[in-house]
Amino acid sequence: MSRGTLIDLLYLVAATTFLLALKGLSSPKRARVGNLTAAVGMLIAIVATFFQHIDGHALYHVPLMLLGMAIGLIVAVPVARFVKMTAMPQLVAIFNGVGGGAAALVSITEFVHIHSTRPATYVALEVMLGVLIGTMSFSGSAVSFLKLQELMTGRPVTYPGQQLLNGVIGVVTVGLIVTILVNGSTALLWVVLGLAFLLGIAFVLPIGGADVPVLISLLNSFTGLAVAASGFTLGSNVLIVAGTLVGASGILLTRMMSAAMGRSLPNILFSAFGSVVTASGDANRADGRSVRSGSPEDVAVLMGFSSRVVIIPGYGLAVAQAQHVLRELADLLEGKGVEVFYAIHPVAGRMPGHMNVLLAEANVPYEQLKEMDEANSELQTADLALVVGANDTVNPAAVDDKASPIYGMPIIHADLAENVIFLKRSMRPGFAGIENELLYNPKTMLVFGDAKDTLTKMVAAVKAG
Amino acid sequence: MGNALLQYATVLVLSIFAGIEIIARVPSILHTPLMSGSNAIHGVILVGSMLILGSATTHPEEILGFLAVILATLNVVGGFVVTDRMLEMFKAKKPVKKDEVAK
Repeated sequence: MSRGTLIDLLYLVAATTFLLALKGLSSPKRARVGNLTAAVGMLIAIVATFFQHIDGHALYHVPLMLLGMAIGLIVAVPVARFVKMTAMPQLVAIFNGVGGGAAALVSITEFVHIHSTRPATYVALEVMLGVLIGTMSFSGSAVSFLKLQELMTGRPVTYPGQQLLNGVIGVVTVGLIVTILVNGSTALLWVVLGLAFLLGIAFVLPIGGADVPVLISLLNSFTGLAVAASGFTLGSNVLIVAGTLVGASGILLTRMMSAAMGRSLPNILFSAFGSVVTASGDANRADGRSVRSGSPEDVAVLMGFSSRVVIIPGYGLAVAQAQHVLRELADLLEGKGVEVFYAIHPVAGRMPGHMNVLLAEANVPYEQLKEMDEANSELQTADLALVVGANDTVNPAAVDDKASPIYGMPIIHADLAENVIFLKRSMRPGFAGIENELLYNPKTMLVFGDAKDTLTKMVAAVKAG
Repeated sequence: MGNALLQYATVLVLSIFAGIEIIARVPSILHTPLMSGSNAIHGVILVGSMLILGSATTHPEEILGFLAVILATLNVVGGFVVTDRMLEMFKAKKPVKKDEVAK
């Protein structure tokens, strides 16, 4: 077997592991093995590439290549290992963005490289697609990171004529690409690069923080497509297979995520969801309605008399790092014969499944976690719903207020329980920026303060009581 | 349009269908790990980055290729490690559950 054939065979092995990995990642039991399978496949592909010959010569710059990999390794491992679980979405955004950036660089470099001889039109097209999609994914992911990390506002950024302006940039970009295809000018490539960068930013700006995870999934899919485009340019099957797999499954996954939020993808991308802040920000609103607030001890007493308590966790729980104390409280209550379970909204936290990961970290038993539909049928007989750092996912406006931006989103019906307790830092509205009527419901009691402090006090009170 | 292009297009089309079919039924708790895992898989662009750096003959190409290798490595390594960290927690449940029952 020749060297080239052997390497191609190894690439085939790698591509197969990627398929198996995606398959494995769709089932809870095999997910971790699936991920490791892909990692092994990736290693095989990388090692095989070192032995690749291009135009009859071995790879140049191997030491430089190893240096680049060492730098990447030294940066990525600690970051990926030690960043807090709550920061997971932004982390995925960064790793996705750099992948898009790499795909764009590969396409650009290949274009510069082959430009000495005028490229065929279809080659130029592949390069343009790689540069355009890769760069958009890069800059879009960067803005997503800034939003999630709260280095810029999580609210949608809108300005007059936004969609028109974005449309114009888009049309100009396409026009330039066509021009390049016709005359093969490299100078214009840099303009396309700049415009793609702007387009990525403009695309993400009007999307609210709560929707950013869905966006990351879409950008992830974009990067896959950019990688596939680079694969065409380089004539590499493994890039085409892996890139296309991610691109296609990513788009499906994005649709599933938006369906879990009860919204359509276009609605998420173009509606500047949550740009209107409707809350006044203090306990008593202008119309004079007030909320009932209580102390952690009050709640502890109430809980002691309950026979069934449903905990509804949200991102606030994760921010306060209170998941461990929460579990302690739940264990104590169980010890007293109170039935406790957690109602998990599909998009609780900042990404679908994020809350499950956070609670698993605190060793919450799997069977105490109930998915939304099951939780809703159980809530009717619950004595108490404890909402910890969640807001939009229990907002009844999603059911009965047609004017509300979250109308139609499936929610957890905390309002069905006998008593509703909210642990909140303040009256500020949730991530989507919408007032929650449930807070003013007579059966609702609010406990203000840091979730961790409050829960710690509740644990002490339950122990004493 | 050469035969090679047609062959790549074939691979593309088949991969699209494979990509859609293979994740058709995934529970919502796995959406995040799946996104993160597929994020790591498109890190295969590292292979492409190695190929362009490995064929670079001018300084600009070398610089761009070197940058591409760094970025792609971040993508691959970070992607797999983060996904593994997420999934690790799904696994840790079983023994803990038994302890709780024993208590």
